[in-house]
Amino acid sequence: MAKTLMKGNEALSEAAIRAGLKAFYGYPITPQNEVPAYMAEHLPLRGGVYLQAESEVSAINMVYGAAGAGVRVMTSSSSPGISLKQEGISYIAAAQLPCVIVNVVRNGPGLGGIQPAQGDYFQAVKGGGHGDYHMIVLAPGNVQEMADLTTLGFDLADKWRNPVMILGDGILGQMMEPVEFAENQEPVNVEKPWATTGAVDREPNIVNSLDIIPEKAEKNMQALLAKYEKIKEEEVRWQEDGTEDADVILVGYGTSARVARSAMELARKEGLKVGLFRPITLWPFPEQRLRELAKPGRKFLAVEMSAGQMIEDVRLAVNGVSPVYLSNRLGGMVPTPEDVLTKTRDIVQGRVN
Amino acid sequence: MKTVFQKPEAMTDVPMHYCPGCTHGIIHRLVAEAIDSLGIREQTIGVASVGCSVFAYDYFNCDMQQAAHGRAPAVATGIKRVRPEAMVFTYQGDGDLASIGMAEIVHAAARGENITVVFVNNAIYGMTSGQMAPTSLLGQKTATSPRGRTVEEMGYPIKMCELLATLDGPAYLSRVSTHDSRHVLQAGKAIKKAFEMQQQKKGFAMVEVLSTCSVNWGMTPANALKWMAENMVPYYPLGVYRDVTAKEGN
Ligand SMILES: Cc1ncc(C[n+]2csc(CCOP(=O)(O)OP(=O)(O)O)c2C)c(N)n1
Repeated sequence: MAKTLMKGNEALSEAAIRAGLKAFYGYPITPQNEVPAYMAEHLPLRGGVYLQAESEVSAINMVYGAAGAGVRVMTSSSSPGISLKQEGISYIAAAQLPCVIVNVVRNGPGLGGIQPAQGDYFQAVKGGGHGDYHMIVLAPGNVQEMADLTTLGFDLADKWRNPVMILGDGILGQMMEPVEFAENQEPVNVEKPWATTGAVDREPNIVNSLDIIPEKAEKNMQALLAKYEKIKEEEVRWQEDGTEDADVILVGYGTSARVARSAMELARKEGLKVGLFRPITLWPFPEQRLRELAKPGRKFLAVEMSAGQMIEDVRLAVNGVSPVYLSNRLGGMVPTPEDVLTKTRDIVQGRVN
Repeated sequence: MKTVFQKPEAMTDVPMHYCPGCTHGIIHRLVAEAIDSLGIREQTIGVASVGCSVFAYDYFNCDMQQAAHGRAPAVATGIKRVRPEAMVFTYQGDGDLASIGMAEIVHAAARGENITVVFVNNAIYGMTSGQMAPTSLLGQKTATSPRGRTVEEMGYPIKMCELLATLDGPAYLSRVSTHDSRHVLQAGKAIKKAFEMQQQKKGFAMVEVLSTCSVNWGMTPANALKWMAENMVPYYPLGVYRDVTAKEGN
């Protein structure tokens, strides 16, 4: 298929519809408004349901219901709205329901602003809601990936019966780039014998997260954790470039990775040995590969649009073998390649500690 | 031998956890009987809420989902929109529906969501051991209104049927009671009607069922039924608050 110019928010919406989306439940918030608008325009004409919920709380619970009824379903929002969805996400993870949740992150905390940011990293990868659970978190780095990782997100959600978050930001959502969709994409029909579809010729199915008998609850938790371990083994994704001979490896995801790539190119022109490591799955985090890359003499620089959140996972991965520094901007400000380059030079020349 | 009484097919054969004298069990049975008499068990997807009836998913012999506190109407909406052929009902208490889930119930009603809501009003939070509910009566003593509910401190009880009747969305709103067998029979009819409304795609149908909580009210079951008849029924008048089929003359 020919490439079309699309906003990231539109590209992911189109990808979701092509992946067999049957329902979208949302609530308006900037900078993700193109997603519900695209869904309202197209989904009902292509075999799905669009509904504007009364709140993000309701939207995520509608997702729970539809996911439990066995269809591909999604919701999208931005930071303050994602906070409201946390209760529902915890229930969805506990009931092991597949769905895709898009967070087009804006700056916070509080009402914050409507500029791009990455301050929801902890919330996305460390839990966010109550209890021991994980979402699979995918971090697109361009408009094409906003589409492709959404497609992948639905497949992973169904494969693992787990909520998947697409963690974008205001830039990735709003910017336009050429994007291509696979020709004749077959709608995926995953068998969901556990779903509540009406108990015809079988025992009733129950979608539930309540467990009041501790012995049983502990067993169920262990099964959930075993699933997470398998996801860690099978689903880690990342991209790296110029890491082999690198003295400094820049680590960033999403928009920050784009900035880091430009910084790397500038640095290489100056003869600095700089590489780029871009996690694509933020959970599971590519910790194994980062551990392999860590060695005495090599340094890491986390590039983030937050106070420094992903950097903690980089530090855990390299486990003291290499020092890890931070180059960041806050408040919806986007780091420039020059900012990152300056910090890189400082690191190379030993001007930071 | 002629069978004169048996368990409805739409109920499972497991012991219930409800306290002696609690009317949740009776209301479960009425719901199951309605499902049986309409022959819709295999199409039905129920949504249990958070409250004493949280285990309803073990008691109804049909597909069930368990929803977060107050969110059952949103969960039911999510199900019904993608499975319009299914018969979807929620079963909610007054704390669940009229307090934490107020937004969800009002908007499901306003949208005319084609679901059936069984709203069990026992004027107290039963599950969490007897705190004041949005429907607790003035003067009613609870764990969190130990000197009785006062207007000055806690405002007025909420009348859900009357409140939802201000909206255009609902197709059927009815309040019934369980304080004696005559009223239990009437309650059964109203619940069946609320399922028929959904079957006929009329839209949102809710039956508010006045119910006892003798343990948390601190009364014997018999006194609780009497208290309900003498105190709750006058404040929460029984009757049909909306019936779009009445206009059509059937
Ligand atoms: C978010 C959340 N808040 C509070 C609770 C605790 N809780 C469990 S049941 C309940 C009250 C239920 O009362 P009601 O809906 O009146 O039903 P009843 O138990 O009386 O049948 C509360 C507050 C919870 N489970 N979740």
